[in-house]
Amino acid sequence: MKFAKFAAIALAATVLPFASAMAQTIKIGFITSYTGQNASVGVMMDKTVKLWMKEHEKDLPAGVKVEILTRDDTGPNPETAKRLATELVTRDKVDFLAGVIWTPNAAAIAPIAAEAKTPFVIMNAGTSAIIPSGGAPYTVRVSFTLWQSSLPLGQWAAKNNLKKVYSLVSDFGPGIDAETAFKKGFTDGGGNLVEAVRMPLATQDFAPFMQKAKDAKPDAVFVFIPAGVQATGVMKAYSDLGLAKEGIKLIGPGDITTDEELPNMGDVALGAITMFHYSAAATRPANQAFLKMWQRDYGANDWPAFEAAATWDGMMAIFDTIKAQGGKVNGEKSYSLLKGWKTDNSPRGPIMIDPENGDIIQNEYLRRVEKVNGVLGNVEIETFQTAVKDPWKLLNPKK
Amino acid sequence: MDAFLSAFVSILFHGLAYAMILYVISVGLSVTMGLMGFVNLAHGVFAMLGGYVMTTLMNRYGIPFGFALLAAFIAVALFSIVLERLLYSRLYRAGELEQVLFSIGIIFMSVALVRYTWGALPQRMVVPEMLRGSLDFGFRSFPTYRTFLIIVSFGVIAALWLGIERTNFGAQVRAAVDNRRMAESLGINTSKLFTLTFALGSGLAAFGGGMGADILAINPQYAQDYLIYFLMVVSVGGLGSIRGPFVAALLLGIGDTACRYLVPEFGAFFLFAAMMGILLWRPMGLFGKA
Repeated sequence: MKFAKFAAIALAATVLPFASAMAQTIKIGFITSYTGQNASVGVMMDKTVKLWMKEHEKDLPAGVKVEILTRDDTGPNPETAKRLATELVTRDKVDFLAGVIWTPNAAAIAPIAAEAKTPFVIMNAGTSAIIPSGGAPYTVRVSFTLWQSSLPLGQWAAKNNLKKVYSLVSDFGPGIDAETAFKKGFTDGGGNLVEAVRMPLATQDFAPFMQKAKDAKPDAVFVFIPAGVQATGVMKAYSDLGLAKEGIKLIGPGDITTDEELPNMGDVALGAITMFHYSAAATRPANQAFLKMWQRDYGANDWPAFEAAATWDGMMAIFDTIKAQGGKVNGEKSYSLLKGWKTDNSPRGPIMIDPENGDIIQNEYLRRVEKVNGVLGNVEIETFQTAVKDPWKLLNPKK
Repeated sequence: MDAFLSAFVSILFHGLAYAMILYVISVGLSVTMGLMGFVNLAHGVFAMLGGYVMTTLMNRYGIPFGFALLAAFIAVALFSIVLERLLYSRLYRAGELEQVLFSIGIIFMSVALVRYTWGALPQRMVVPEMLRGSLDFGFRSFPTYRTFLIIVSFGVIAALWLGIERTNFGAQVRAAVDNRRMAESLGINTSKLFTLTFALGSGLAAFGGGMGADILAINPQYAQDYLIYFLMVVSVGGLGSIRGPFVAALLLGIGDTACRYLVPEFGAFFLFAAMMGILLWRPMGLFGKA
């Protein structure tokens, strides 16, 4: 017995280092929120990573393995995010950092990525300033910025007979971006933004805010909340207070009719107009293929939303970077490969990472909530603008 | 003037709905604190469990809303009897620090157990079809569910007040709150009384938690997140009183709604400032006995 144990240890000691030298293991530190506010989004992103690995692990160069180290940042908590990222780069020595729902967390991680020379792929957080106009070293974004959707939505609203609009956004980075961008597009086009209210981020009951919006009698309410279950809360307040009956429209970036929540919102969501880069109801083949895989694994009533699409594309970008280096990755090389990375095969259409600053370039679609085969979906009415660069950077080149 | 009036009515209505939920959840806490002198910070756990029992029965087993709510009341009341007999009753004569530590411990355990059982996501509360949308009262319309919530809460509160004022049980509770020794020497079984009151308070919390799942979302952190509100209702209202917390809940509910409606960028700043002012003025609460 004693001998057997000794033999096993001796064997392990000689074989294991050898085995790991033969198989190149690339580590991805994946940080998202599995608990706290928007845990549902974290779970969706996690499902996307698993689906990607299942479908594409085989595409890696021979002998190369990818290991995902998942970490829970527990919601909008920059201190936790910073600690997790630091541990991942110093102790676990990851080759990539990825994920991150919340802007404050992404902003806390970016400097660590720069210092450690570890590429950081943002898969959600959408405040423009996380990546300044000159780029943030080692940080790229595959998701979106609020400026990309809300500025064109403002332009659209001004042209489409919405004269008075009331704005209601969550009081943090992306909300302020959404409000400012919408205001610019809308008022430059001659619209009148009657009031701009910022709600506490953790709001669960939107009725008082929606009531005040209703009392102001606008043509439409522009809303931004960080997707997830809050979207259903907003729609519930909009419905219960009868704004639709008064002819007050609901508009916003796609967060307010996020695909995974939409089927639960009920018919009151019908007709809501949003500007966004991804819809699960999109008919392009790459999305249909993605949706088919998703619903095969997670059930026909489970819908991937924009966070899933961004995570999917982020994994694609990381895998392409690994493949391009033949499996021996180096932080500096990976970052330069990520900048300028592009694909025509994303579920949201053609996308590219801006070679100048590392932010996403993508199409913006005008969508309306309609019933497709009896289920509510964000139906893309038109491709409103193509290859949209982050407008905030174009307007603030020095920031 | 018209805009002012409609803002006023809006704040009053939503504030009232919020206040009703806060009161139904917190009244039990006030009575147990006054009656047993027990600082039960874990009171919110019962409200949370009520919410979970109700949403689980509705979403997983398709049980209608009314029955699910009633079941939550009964299940949580019974469960609280078990807890009271096994755990709480041992600490009635302990110091406040022990009681606070004990009940905080219960909160932490509830967070872990609930997350393990139901997951981290907030529970979906699907309001029955007939309670959705809004009711038109002629001069303006109000959301149906909240109107329903206000009416039902008033019913519950009326029943509670009548029960405390008019029944033998109520008289015993009042006697025990006023002077426990005297009540005991008159032959009132205060230990049994405590258990029953505790169960009633917990059941009411479950009822409020379930009915208010639409306003205070049911999630594992519930007991922690809303503890401050329940404590504010009780401390501003005054321990042991059942009217005091009602006034406090109205102040809190309407004040909080007014803050969100009028000055959203300040959050609940003015509300907390007002509460501090009240407590400095009357440390025992509005209706507390010195």
